[in-house]
Amino acid sequence: MFVKIVRKSVISTLRPTFLFRRYATGQDISTLLLVEHRDNAIASSTLNALTAANKLGGSITALVSGENPDPVAEKISKYGGISKVLLAKDKLYEHGLAEVYAPLLANAQKKLNFTHLVASHSAFGKNIMPRVAALLDVAQISDVIDIESPEIFIRPIYAGNAIAKVKSKDPIKVITIRGTSFPPAEVDENKAITESAPDTDKIPLSEWVSEELSKSDRPELETATKVVSGGRALKSKENFKLVYNLADALGAAVGASRAAVDSGYCDNYLQVGQTGKVVAPELYLAVGISGAIQHIAGMKDSKVIAAINNDPDAPIFQIADYGLVADLFKVVPELTDKLKK
Amino acid sequence: MTVLKILVGCKRVIDFAVKIRVNSARTAVETADIKHSLNPFDEIGVQEAINLREVLGKDKVSEIIALTCGPSKSQEQLRTALAMGADRAIHVETSKDQTLEPLNVAKIFKAIIEKENPNLVILGKQAIDDDSNQTGQMLAGLLNWPQATFASKVEIDKDSITVTREVDGGLETIRSKLPAIVTTDLRLNEPKFVTLPNIMKARKKPLTKFSLQDFDIDVTPRLETISVTEPTTRKSGTKVDSVDDLISKLKSAGAL
Repeated sequence: MFVKIVRKSVISTLRPTFLFRRYATGQDISTLLLVEHRDNAIASSTLNALTAANKLGGSITALVSGENPDPVAEKISKYGGISKVLLAKDKLYEHGLAEVYAPLLANAQKKLNFTHLVASHSAFGKNIMPRVAALLDVAQISDVIDIESPEIFIRPIYAGNAIAKVKSKDPIKVITIRGTSFPPAEVDENKAITESAPDTDKIPLSEWVSEELSKSDRPELETATKVVSGGRALKSKENFKLVYNLADALGAAVGASRAAVDSGYCDNYLQVGQTGKVVAPELYLAVGISGAIQHIAGMKDSKVIAAINNDPDAPIFQIADYGLVADLFKVVPELTDKLKK
Repeated sequence: MTVLKILVGCKRVIDFAVKIRVNSARTAVETADIKHSLNPFDEIGVQEAINLREVLGKDKVSEIIALTCGPSKSQEQLRTALAMGADRAIHVETSKDQTLEPLNVAKIFKAIIEKENPNLVILGKQAIDDDSNQTGQMLAGLLNWPQATFASKVEIDKDSITVTREVDGGLETIRSKLPAIVTTDLRLNEPKFVTLPNIMKARKKPLTKFSLQDFDIDVTPRLETISVTEPTTRKSGTKVDSVDDLISKLKSAGAL
């Protein structure tokens, strides 16, 4: 629901009504959606990107790649707006290496003449799409937060402190989508046809060695409805448990400021901000976070922001709906206890 | 092992701590009389090149070249890179009002790479002004080189490079043969402060200048910026007195 509010604020000022006509005649728009998946589950950010792709109008073809992509292809084929699923089966597609994905997408574009190539602005999409754009000799539009027409896109610049409206003059638009700006697409009665993706030479320029992913029972940071984030004021990894406990009492995901991550209080991928994750939950609770520009870039579109900080002048209070000036070591355990009841 | 010749990208951007302002014409961000710096991710890139020289030994890193494409003032950022320890610099000068998109920059870098033949190119993962996160990937695509983006650890062994990448949910390690493109993440290293003697020394280090006309590259923008506007601001909130007050306020706001 918060997503709609964020969008409205942009759309109302930027989208004149005549542009609706463009959507009605969108048959010439043909979009390729790059599907990200893991353990046979579609990445939630892909479903946000699908909503964006639907907004472009026209037909959508989903590209699913991997060693055994059939279960994911089956799942994505049920989502509204998708007319075709392209399957690219190969072990080399297993780990998202840009060197094999980029030629696959570029070749599919050349054979099937898509006007738009869309992926989510996740680590996977960010890694692959600019390489695709270069192979096609077109610009890329990164981190799109709204689509005004098939050529006009809205995106944040300067850590979200300015909003740029850009018009693409390229024949092919390569776009990455900010997940929190579009609601996830939903399954409907759809049943898209499946066929093999056009074949490509696969020259593995690089080799996947290993990964180290953290497993957690907590909700996923990007899609959680509540997020509790901790900052430098937690002072240690041990104290950061206060954040985990509070998050668990709320059923929230855990986030962090760069300072907390750099100090080793928690894992890197929990970083919220300009260069980390962008979140927009119903509730964002910032604990011991001062509110640097770069952090605010990642959470200022949250519906309700609450902050606990002992410094009444901390910039976080300028954007927080509710601020509690207090020693977090006292009030966070108290808050956790009271929420559990 | 392969002797490394490293090219590092250096972009001049508004300093990260500056609160930017949109100009009155709503066409761009005000840049006149505003503090500019080396893009933080590029600073990490320069530092990484220097760290590699330290780790591998001086004879294993033949040269560290800093490269920028930008207006004349971008030379300040090249001097920063030289003061940090780069050996020489290349400046591809643009006019003051020329904006280069990542694809243009990637093409200019490719042209310089074909002249200089580095075997490792390090760029920041993104510039903090346009936040595109594209140039390194585009360059790798144009050159058909392997890419290791969002690097938090770089190791060189003989002629191969092993990079740990920051991905959603954790870390991933990939390996490729040189030459390769690396883009830096924040956790790769901590750039050292430049000392005054090094700043003085940097003034004497070679800096080669090119202009856009020296390259046969079409730099016409593919994207037209229709407008640049301020984001919607949040209404200022209220301070609460106690945990109970916070809970009741959050409940009435429907957040709990």
